[in-house]
Amino acid sequence: MDLQQLNLKFFVEDPSGVDLALLPVIFNRWIKEKVAEELLIDVADYRHVFHGPGVVLIGHECNFSMDCGGGRLGLLYNRKSKMSGNDEERLQKVFKATLTACRRLELDPLWKDGLTFQGDEFQLIINDRLLAPNTDETLQKLQPTLLPFLARFYKGANLVVNRDENEKQRFSMAVRSDTTFSVEELLANLS
Amino acid sequence: MKASNGAWRERLLGRMPEHVAREVDIYETEIELRKQGKIEEKLFAETRLRRGVYGQRYDNGQRWDGEKTQQLGFPSATLTKGPSTVWDAPGMQRIKIPFGGLTTLQLEVLAELAEEYSDGIAHVTTRQDFQLHFVHIEDTPTLMRRLAAVGITTREACGNTVRNVTACPYAGVCRDEAFDVTPYARACAYFLLGHPDTQDFGRKFKVAFSGCEQHACGLVNLHDMGAVAVKRLENGKERRGFAFYVGGGLGAVPHSAKLFSEFLPEEELLPTAQAISRVFARMGEKKNRNRARLKFLVSDLGIEEFRRIVLEERAQLAPDPAWTDYLKKVDAVTETPLKLLAPLNSHSVPEGFERWLQTNVARQRQAGYAVATIALPLGDITSDQLRSLAGIARRHVNDTIRTTVEQNIVLRWVREADLQQLYLELKEIGLAEPGAGTIVDIVACPGTDTCKLGIASSRGLAAELRTRLAERNHELEQAVQNLHIKISGCFNSCGQHHISDLGFYGVSRHVGGHTVPHFQLVLGGQWAQNAGSYGLAICAIPAKRVPETVQRLTDRYLKDRERAESFQSFVKRIGKAEIKRMLEDLMRVPPHNEDPSFYSDWGDPREFTIGDMGVGECAGEVVSRVAFELAAAEREVFEAQVSLERGEYQQAGEKAYQAMLQAARAVVRMQYYDVPGEAETIVREFKARFYETQLFFDPFAGGKFGQFLFRAHERAAVSFTQESAHQRIEEAQLFVEAAYSCEARVSAAGSLPKASPPALQSRS
Ligand code: SF4
Repeated sequence: MDLQQLNLKFFVEDPSGVDLALLPVIFNRWIKEKVAEELLIDVADYRHVFHGPGVVLIGHECNFSMDCGGGRLGLLYNRKSKMSGNDEERLQKVFKATLTACRRLELDPLWKDGLTFQGDEFQLIINDRLLAPNTDETLQKLQPTLLPFLARFYKGANLVVNRDENEKQRFSMAVRSDTTFSVEELLANLS
Repeated sequence: MKASNGAWRERLLGRMPEHVAREVDIYETEIELRKQGKIEEKLFAETRLRRGVYGQRYDNGQRWDGEKTQQLGFPSATLTKGPSTVWDAPGMQRIKIPFGGLTTLQLEVLAELAEEYSDGIAHVTTRQDFQLHFVHIEDTPTLMRRLAAVGITTREACGNTVRNVTACPYAGVCRDEAFDVTPYARACAYFLLGHPDTQDFGRKFKVAFSGCEQHACGLVNLHDMGAVAVKRLENGKERRGFAFYVGGGLGAVPHSAKLFSEFLPEEELLPTAQAISRVFARMGEKKNRNRARLKFLVSDLGIEEFRRIVLEERAQLAPDPAWTDYLKKVDAVTETPLKLLAPLNSHSVPEGFERWLQTNVARQRQAGYAVATIALPLGDITSDQLRSLAGIARRHVNDTIRTTVEQNIVLRWVREADLQQLYLELKEIGLAEPGAGTIVDIVACPGTDTCKLGIASSRGLAAELRTRLAERNHELEQAVQNLHIKISGCFNSCGQHHISDLGFYGVSRHVGGHTVPHFQLVLGGQWAQNAGSYGLAICAIPAKRVPETVQRLTDRYLKDRERAESFQSFVKRIGKAEIKRMLEDLMRVPPHNEDPSFYSDWGDPREFTIGDMGVGECAGEVVSRVAFELAAAEREVFEAQVSLERGEYQQAGEKAYQAMLQAARAVVRMQYYDVPGEAETIVREFKARFYETQLFFDPFAGGKFGQFLFRAHERAAVSFTQESAHQRIEEAQLFVEAAYSCEARVSAAGSLPKASPPALQSRS
């Protein structure tokens, strides 16, 4: 299939200790220091809405946000512009960009009590209802690319895959492995 | 931008009206032509604006990072979508919702569009529209098609057109209305949309409908054209019509609408609107945007003459069946409840329900049914919330959903017996916050978050105030809870700061070589009576001290108010001088090294500055004198307000003019230190050195504020009425603000004051 508009979210391990007010500071610094290969433009602060996008770092090719969607805090990568390459290369690119941002956040000195992402679980969304209707058929089409990719990514660990079957939602699946991984390890698995 | 754009076109063929499909196709072609350089950028800008596609902050490809201005390296750096507007820069899509009316299906589509093309947030505006931010221009045709497929248009949502037609969200269910204005608002919206007589305006044109005079819901008074429902008995027969107003508007200098007709019969509504459109298109200002709104034409001609011209125009119009066709159907019931009446259930009351019921629910005229208000923080709602709300609405009401000018959403026709259940369902998705229409329900324009013209962060401030007030909400007395706060990011008033109890608009001040975000405090505005009167700015408060200011003012109000005295009357009684005195200490800004937090704005950690300063010794002395004189000018504006308050209109108008002269002299001093104090010389020097050189020009408003001085100078000897004095004070306030900005810009550019000789006389 033509995999585009991928969204990927890794969850924060202990959200209770995360001060979201620091995110505008951190994201503005990322813009200033041009830390990402993508063009970073602005910061949008939506902390005032319930289970919303939290704090969003708006970019040209993609947005990064510390997202509160579904009531779970995590870093969401939202690919906006079209990607070149084949589907596997696109998955690789999206996972790498997301995890690189997660790692960058983990290493930020502003967190007094640290910040850790859970490597063993993620949510993958295709942000385009027409390209990827929320059906089993889409899941089946995706599997030939996704499964080998995940086998490599999670080093053969057992995985549980759940598709959100709410027809009003975008195509979305939650993947959980039975083995724990740190962000650093996952980045190494990607290389 | 999106991979599926082409596929959507195919998918939606036949699912939207043919003429709309054609319009969007044409627009898409125009995008393509612009990409090939075959359409001139200014023309393309107006084309997209007329389809609701707006620019956004930083779309010139530059952004201040706190230390320096960074170039944003957009891929198509040389391609523009308007003057100084980079093609790839994210923009805003405004979506028109006539009278705020929405269906559940439309809510779901808005949810989908917000997450697929924007950042997962839909924003309700103060004119009942929706806005999506951070949208790529190449996605906008698809977005329009998907909206059109559910009956929504973005056509004429921006640009010099008839904007969204607004109306009371309670129309049809309100207990105080003369009759339901909904069918009239709908008819007017679609009659004027794309009408040939509305295509050649010099500026935008806003229309509002209200069901009664006494409430604020329609805000008729601040619109170019406003209609208030009125019934009249003629020969024993009840006739419907409107108290019809024209020439209102906020903006930099607000005007109250003038009564065009005490009773405009319903069948005359559309032909009169058409005649006004024709007169506006023909006689309205076209070259000078700053005087191009209808309010200026009405003011220049006088209401009598304007009325005469419009009626003459009306008499010559060729009859159009559309004027009255819709009238055959206005009496048909347009809305029905989903559920038949049932006895109130006796379940135990959920926690928080009583408070929500008190502030967010209003009984309808139809017994047993109620309107529930969903208070949206800063007008924002997530895609997930919108989708869930559609589901909730389906369970409780028919498609009887509306947005409000307070940036909220209402569900109408909720069975009273279901209110507890509704509350629980809304609570589940975080939409059962109490306090709708109270002090915590703050209205704010986009401000510096996304607006190109924003000076200070209206949303940042609103979020901060909301958090602080919500924490204390349960302990706030009713009198304070009933107050309204409205915030604009600049003088343009999109946050409607003129008509609230506590209004604020963003300005900046230059302190010790840094620029500091401030908000002008506006008091005396009236929300009721369809925005009955406009407040005036009292003083500029550093942004970081606004919460303390609100607290101090509300505490004082509680302490000193006389029995049941409104805030507006309280302000009038104790006087602006006293209010300013009690806030004096809050107006001070600590030095940067003492408290740098004052030098950044709410919700934005970047240093709020306009560049590195290099102020020499000599310049420092001069600048401080300039700053001193600007402060004196500001004081003079304030004195003018005090005179106005005392009913001394002549003095008020004259003082406002003096304040302008003083500010102009301060500005001129930056180049011509010993400029003499005669009015003639100041104006001449100002014109030659700062106006004609455009040094005084606002980056967006251009020479508008300078023109205020010239007009005031030309008319220095006129006699003032309350209204003209009020306007002169508004102009003086803005002129002084512009002088401050000019000083900051000139200093930042390192253009140090020179004791140069007087400008040549011939240039004046
Ligand atoms: S008031 Fe100013 S900052 Fe706010 S939206 Fe209007 S123009 Fe922009």
